[in-house]
Amino acid sequence: MRALTWHGKHDVRVDTVDDPEILNPRDAIIKITSTAICGSDLHLYDGYIPTMQAGDILGHEFMGEVVETGPKSTLKKGQRVVVPFTIACGSCYHCGKHQYSACDNGNPADNQDIGQEMYGQPMSGLFGYSHLTGGYAGGQAEYVRVPFSDVGPIVIPDGLDDDDVLFLSDILPTGWQAAENADIEPGDTVAVWGCGPVGLFAVQSAFLMGAARVIAIDHFPHRLELAKRFGAETINFEESKTYEALMEMTGGIGPDAVIDAVGLEAHGFFVDNVIDQIKASLFLGTDRTHSIRQAIHACRKGGRVSMPAVYGGFVDKFPLGAFMEKGLTLKTGQTSVQHYMPALLNAIVEGKIDTTFLISHRLPLEQAPEGYKMFHDSQNDVTKIVLKPGLDRVAR
Amino acid sequence: MSDDAPLTTSKNAQVRQDSAEDLIGIESADLIGRTVTINRPRAELYAYWRDFEQLPTFMDNVERIDCLSKTRSHWVVKAPAGAMVEWDAEIIEESDGELIAWRSAEGADVPNSGRVEFRDAGDRGTIVTATIAYDPPAGTLGKLIAKLFQREPAIQARRDLRRFKQLMETGEIATAAWTMAQLDEEKA
Ligand SMILES: NC(=O)c1ccc[n+]([C@@H]2O[C@H](COP(=O)([O-])OP(=O)(O)OC[C@H]3O[C@@H](n4cnc5c(N)ncnc54)[C@H](O)[C@@H]3O)[C@@H](O)[C@H]2O)c1
Ligand SMILES: [Zn+2]
Ligand SMILES: [Zn+2]
Repeated sequence: MRALTWHGKHDVRVDTVDDPEILNPRDAIIKITSTAICGSDLHLYDGYIPTMQAGDILGHEFMGEVVETGPKSTLKKGQRVVVPFTIACGSCYHCGKHQYSACDNGNPADNQDIGQEMYGQPMSGLFGYSHLTGGYAGGQAEYVRVPFSDVGPIVIPDGLDDDDVLFLSDILPTGWQAAENADIEPGDTVAVWGCGPVGLFAVQSAFLMGAARVIAIDHFPHRLELAKRFGAETINFEESKTYEALMEMTGGIGPDAVIDAVGLEAHGFFVDNVIDQIKASLFLGTDRTHSIRQAIHACRKGGRVSMPAVYGGFVDKFPLGAFMEKGLTLKTGQTSVQHYMPALLNAIVEGKIDTTFLISHRLPLEQAPEGYKMFHDSQNDVTKIVLKPGLDRVAR
Repeated sequence: MSDDAPLTTSKNAQVRQDSAEDLIGIESADLIGRTVTINRPRAELYAYWRDFEQLPTFMDNVERIDCLSKTRSHWVVKAPAGAMVEWDAEIIEESDGELIAWRSAEGADVPNSGRVEFRDAGDRGTIVTATIAYDPPAGTLGKLIAKLFQREPAIQARRDLRRFKQLMETGEIATAAWTMAQLDEEKA
């Protein structure tokens, strides 16, 4: 099959590799029809995530058609499914509590060592996202092997396009969980840092959860424009002072809840003294935790902090004092995608959430390397690229 | 001891050695222990483990175990460079649904002893604690074997227990391979 493979910093290629096979009873093989490039993929593209190996297949936002099933899979050939990016077993203690991203069993045993050393306990596996999260082949390919296919993938009813439902795989549930973690009360003002896909879905979700006002912060005019479309007020941090603006816009109180949807910004996924080799490849001094610091600083007393943004290691100058003195609450984590999929699929069917607005470009899989470069170079216009293995070449 | 922490977590190597000596009767032995909680009933986990021939399914270093009688088994274990080490082991203590302890028979290349305990953990399932005592051998073959055993036996034990948990909770052992050939290579 053809697949987008990682070879090093700013070096991704479409290669011919072996087709995936059923290896475990609960596996299914999916023929990919749509697969997106994620902001998180840019961190791999920029070479900031440790434990990547040349030839790794990328991609964790994908959907397609079931073409093969293991004896314990509950899927049927021909079904269309969206696959969650978190690989979870459905039967461990954490899965039982719907904490799917904390699944004990999704990550192969040997790969759990790194997470155990770094974080105290290993987290679930993820598709196409380094060997730290399992080393699973991703979905920017013609086919993919999906473990635990009886509990992960959600079957899509007829009448919905790929574009409508693809983002159930990651960023829509992530934006939703971000808003849920902000414990929004009716009438609240919520501030969202970052108007990428996650931030934009957090904006929509916050309104659906009863926020009276959402204030969105970014520096890309087009992305701020999209936030405005969903009713958010905006702050362009290049033109205005974010903290001052937030205080003035909230009557001197500060936002009731703040959401950091910016994250490591390709400059801060670092690991502390676990494996020297890993450490050497990282840039310990350049972590950009600006957004979370600012969010904590601006948040009102007794308010809530939600952090969907990804951080990997240790952070300097964390405003622990402000956090303690103001009595804030912080909720965060990789998204438990499986938990949110059914309800969000319903919300899409009922037209409560708009997903297609985000897609700015559609390309064939063969042009994936071009897609990475575009997404990397022009974040203002390129909000989301969807790759379609079957599509004809697109001239640009 | 002035606290309730398991002996396997002692900072004092002597304490661990003494405890290992109690288990296998050899002075220079080391002791490692690992605990995992498995979301399955105690009896089921015990029954799987008590059938020693099944252990290689999740113990990566163990090539094969043949049961010679109800209490005696023959172990074939992978050593570096394609070599194999073998020994007989005898069950020395057993309590249905709760505990299995075994010890290598006289003359084993790597004298060792294992003990696995199963305790109820309410709605979280069963707490499984494996304790392994082993004596790194001397001599040339001994050195080779020692390499195998000293290559972080604690890490090996932790990985084996994770695989046991995966097998019991999910019915399979997680792998990131995507072809049969890759999976075979992983297992080799
Ligand atoms: N928790 C999860 O499971 C999960 C899942 C998906 C993505 N993520 C993470 O969420 C974050 C956002 O993802 P995305 O795909 O939307 O990324 P993105 O890169 O597309 O968007 C980030 C946005 O933040 C803006 N930004 C940068 N610095 C800022 C600042 N100081 N203040 C305000 N805005 C700023 C950027 O201009 C950009 O528009 C990333 O860290 C990603 O890794 C987490
Ligand atoms: Zn993503
Ligand atoms: Zn699980």
